[in-house]
Amino acid sequence: MPYLVHSPDERAEMLGAIGVDSMDGLLVDIPKTLRIPRLELPDGLSEFETMAQVASLAAKNTVFPDRLTFRGGGVYRRFIPAAVAAVTGKPEFYTAYTPYQPEASQGTLQAIYEFQTLIAELTALDVANASLYDGATAVAEAAMMAAVHTGRKEVLVSGYVHPEYVEVLRAFGDGRGIKVRKGNEPTSKTAAVVFQQPDFLGLVVDAPAATKRAHEAGALAIACVDPISLALLAPPGEYGADIAVGEGQQLGLTPSYGGPHVGFIACRKELVRRLPGRLIGTAHDAAGRRGFVLTLTAREQHIRREKATSNICTNHSLCALAASVYMTYMGAEGMRQVAEVSFKRAHALAERLAAIPGWELAFPERQFLNEFPIRVPKAAVVNRKLARKGILGGLDVHRWFRELKGVLTFTCTEVNDPRALDELVETVSA
Amino acid sequence: MKMNEPLSFEKSRPNAHAPRLPEAEVAAPEPASVLPRELLRSRPPTLPRLSEPEVMRHYSKLASMNYSISEQFYPLGSCTMKYNPVANEAAAALPGFTALHPYQDEDTVQGALELMWRLEQALCAVAGVDRVTLQPAAGAHGEWTALRMIQAYHRSRGEARTEVLVPDSAHGTNPASAALSGFQVVEVASAPDGRISLADLESKLSSRVAALMLTNPNTLGLFERDILDIAELVHNTGAKLYYDGANLNAFMGVCRPGDMGFDAVHMNLHKTFTTPHGGGGPGAGPVGVKAELVPFLPTPTVERLNGHLKLDFKRPQSIGRVRSFYGNFGMLVRAYTYIVAMGGDGLTQASLDAVLSANYLRKRVEGQLDLPHEGPCMHEFVASAHNLAPNGIKALDVAKGLLERDFYAPTIYFPLVVPEAIMVEPTETESKATLDAFADAIKEIVKQAREEPEKLHQEPHSLPVGRLDEVATARRINAYLQGQSDDPILRWKPVPDQAC
Amino acid sequence: MAGRLYTKTHEWLTADGKTVTVGITDFAQAQLGDVVFLELPNPGRRLEAGESFGVVESVKAASDLYSPVPGRISTVNDKLAGKPELINSDPYGDGWILKLELAGELPKDLLDEAAYKRFTESQA
Repeated sequence: MPYLVHSPDERAEMLGAIGVDSMDGLLVDIPKTLRIPRLELPDGLSEFETMAQVASLAAKNTVFPDRLTFRGGGVYRRFIPAAVAAVTGKPEFYTAYTPYQPEASQGTLQAIYEFQTLIAELTALDVANASLYDGATAVAEAAMMAAVHTGRKEVLVSGYVHPEYVEVLRAFGDGRGIKVRKGNEPTSKTAAVVFQQPDFLGLVVDAPAATKRAHEAGALAIACVDPISLALLAPPGEYGADIAVGEGQQLGLTPSYGGPHVGFIACRKELVRRLPGRLIGTAHDAAGRRGFVLTLTAREQHIRREKATSNICTNHSLCALAASVYMTYMGAEGMRQVAEVSFKRAHALAERLAAIPGWELAFPERQFLNEFPIRVPKAAVVNRKLARKGILGGLDVHRWFRELKGVLTFTCTEVNDPRALDELVETVSA
Repeated sequence: MKMNEPLSFEKSRPNAHAPRLPEAEVAAPEPASVLPRELLRSRPPTLPRLSEPEVMRHYSKLASMNYSISEQFYPLGSCTMKYNPVANEAAAALPGFTALHPYQDEDTVQGALELMWRLEQALCAVAGVDRVTLQPAAGAHGEWTALRMIQAYHRSRGEARTEVLVPDSAHGTNPASAALSGFQVVEVASAPDGRISLADLESKLSSRVAALMLTNPNTLGLFERDILDIAELVHNTGAKLYYDGANLNAFMGVCRPGDMGFDAVHMNLHKTFTTPHGGGGPGAGPVGVKAELVPFLPTPTVERLNGHLKLDFKRPQSIGRVRSFYGNFGMLVRAYTYIVAMGGDGLTQASLDAVLSANYLRKRVEGQLDLPHEGPCMHEFVASAHNLAPNGIKALDVAKGLLERDFYAPTIYFPLVVPEAIMVEPTETESKATLDAFADAIKEIVKQAREEPEKLHQEPHSLPVGRLDEVATARRINAYLQGQSDDPILRWKPVPDQAC
Repeated sequence: MAGRLYTKTHEWLTADGKTVTVGITDFAQAQLGDVVFLELPNPGRRLEAGESFGVVESVKAASDLYSPVPGRISTVNDKLAGKPELINSDPYGDGWILKLELAGELPKDLLDEAAYKRFTESQA
């Protein structure tokens, strides 16, 4: 059997050392009536057969090439430097556990400390944590922080925030009696205003104004941001948002059918003690050498139990590592270039698509970065036509928003070369 | 001795080459000419600037500063650090999985949905439940998901049950998850034999109780012998029984939580099913439920109709969505690959070997450390360094002594009910030779504790750093948070003249 | 000034007329280990006897603080913000936590030194 190490002789020897005749002698505490004759699964396979079976499932999926993928909605194709997989594929990283013993975990700890710094710099806020599961749970955790901080029980979702993030926010709030309302006007009952920049449709929102409205009502402003966009757009810290959260998939992670990706959260210093999850800080040993440790752990579940700021025990360390490698490889200049190329290609595409008879930008007066909503005559027909040419077309957002019938959002990044844009336009024009 | 590695920020050189990236090659406006000025970033973020060779060396150095299951024995109790099969990684890296967009049409992702469907079936078989949601991203997330389902179940019957019972030996996530679901947490005491006290449980059960959360074997590695009586007591009051699957590795193919009376079961794919821990995630925490709780599963579920697989979003009684998309799919691929390779026979033998290894190692450390509870144990055991207290040695010192001897340390100071606890879980993928070497290291440490305790206090000294002053760190952070210092400690800060 | 009195939640108090000074006991600070932070209320707040008013944290533990008497907070020891270690080094002196203006009588269930000592020994 693969992965097992004891030989039959060793098993017998170990049983003898323990002083029992058989394994049954060690399972005496399990009531007889609970024992099952066998586990109802097929017997194991060789590695060759296993891989063939798994590969046959992979082969049943349609893989759209990066350059012909124009669908976003929270998960994007981007250039991923080979350095990312080379680092995250190191077993010293991916087979390590949570860094409970700092002396033997400095690699992971320092990498996370660098991640915290990178996110804090990108969002221009004081402190970021070691990461969360995804963008959706990051929004929900931020909203829970705000509810505790303000003592208020309502969260206002302003504008087109990712619908799945809002669903998760509702599920988080429901157990604790925190209500989620959609609208733009906070009241004295509002704990936080949540907005997304750029929003789910790709449109740039007036984040400073939304932040100001939140503050005037005594609520916190939670900015859900696209990390690549922050190479161009004002970061939450610059316009006074209290908490920034987001999904880090674009920082070096594959789409992977939606996960695992990585959520991030950063906040002003006044809120640090309410942050969920892990935090790493610098420390020194007796010889004065600098190292890194898990810190402020008294916020967390293993110490505070039912009074913890969150139940989160882990983070998405390896995904945060991927993001760190990506940001370190790219640097501010590389990220700006990626954001600019994406911006330009998306604008070139928008102009060409909007020129097709019957197609029109859904919000022509609004600015966007690299994703935009466009109204088309028959959304399903358009996407079927594209799929036949091996192109993954726009995302039909009517599924979530009644008022957006016939609206597709298209995204462009640095991987969609100009020839791919031509192929898309030619196919839908034909 | 391994040297410390400067931060990427400290190694940054302002003139290092930026990576070569594609040009836009289309006619389009510059962002700054279109976007309102107040929405543009005023200065670039201070990210490191390094060439690719420097980036790679930096992270290789960091990697060398970690212990990991690939190089060391990692006997962390309750964490099930077993070998992470490399075939799992190869499977998860197949482009037919990594390149899938979560909003592709169902017709184009039938293989992915089938994998999820088959994994659900396999987990149902292991746990003895009717359905499983694969959405939760981690064990704690699964606990919370399960409690929300139990809450929804009670609400659907018009019952407002407000309390959740948790044993005093439980993982900290149990009470935290209950509190986040809006429940009051009521603790149940352990009996002297380390198992839950039936008398205390009975006294705390009432029509206010929504669920009892239980780990079995419990965090002391002991099987709850009275589990059938416990289930009956709980069910008689209308409450549900919740299984914390942290210790599922103890009895796959031997018995099933569903048969014990558990109504909801979370499983950690990163423990029992060998997906790597990644230095603290990503994991995956699927939740299995009995039929009564099925209507409340999170959306979407994977359904099979005439051989076609689909995602079902229309579940009127569902607790809703607990994360974006469909869970940590890449982790599901790894766990599925492991289950196919092992099969029912292999998983059963894995659990038997895990129990055998734990009892063997327990026997080997007998006489060296205290063993506060009678054996046999299941897949892990809890020892105590209390016997070394007269020498001024604590569990922490034993842990550091193990690091010095090239072993990762067991879980220490947990469960809270054992003083100076040392919780050891060897797993089935460590050889007898490794277990013997570990037992010998314990023996040597105990000898050192008795003869030269001051030396043990100094360990480890062959790692990149010695024992770190965590107290000073926390105090300095609090000084920063209270405005008494400018150094956040939680991040590197640019030197002012480099900032622009 | 009367002698020091204790609670089963490990606070101590001394009463000087209606002014009551509150801290945590030497036993409590030793159990917690090095204190790194205290979350404390603002003066002016009214507390019931047994009401939680703050948290004391070490690296490995956190513990709620409970008011031993009913009253209004008159002073909070602001030295603790910068020097939480005073809780460890001088729990009955410079490590005092707050002063209350007692509302009504001292509760009857407070322990004297001998009774508290017996209580902590039974806990060990």
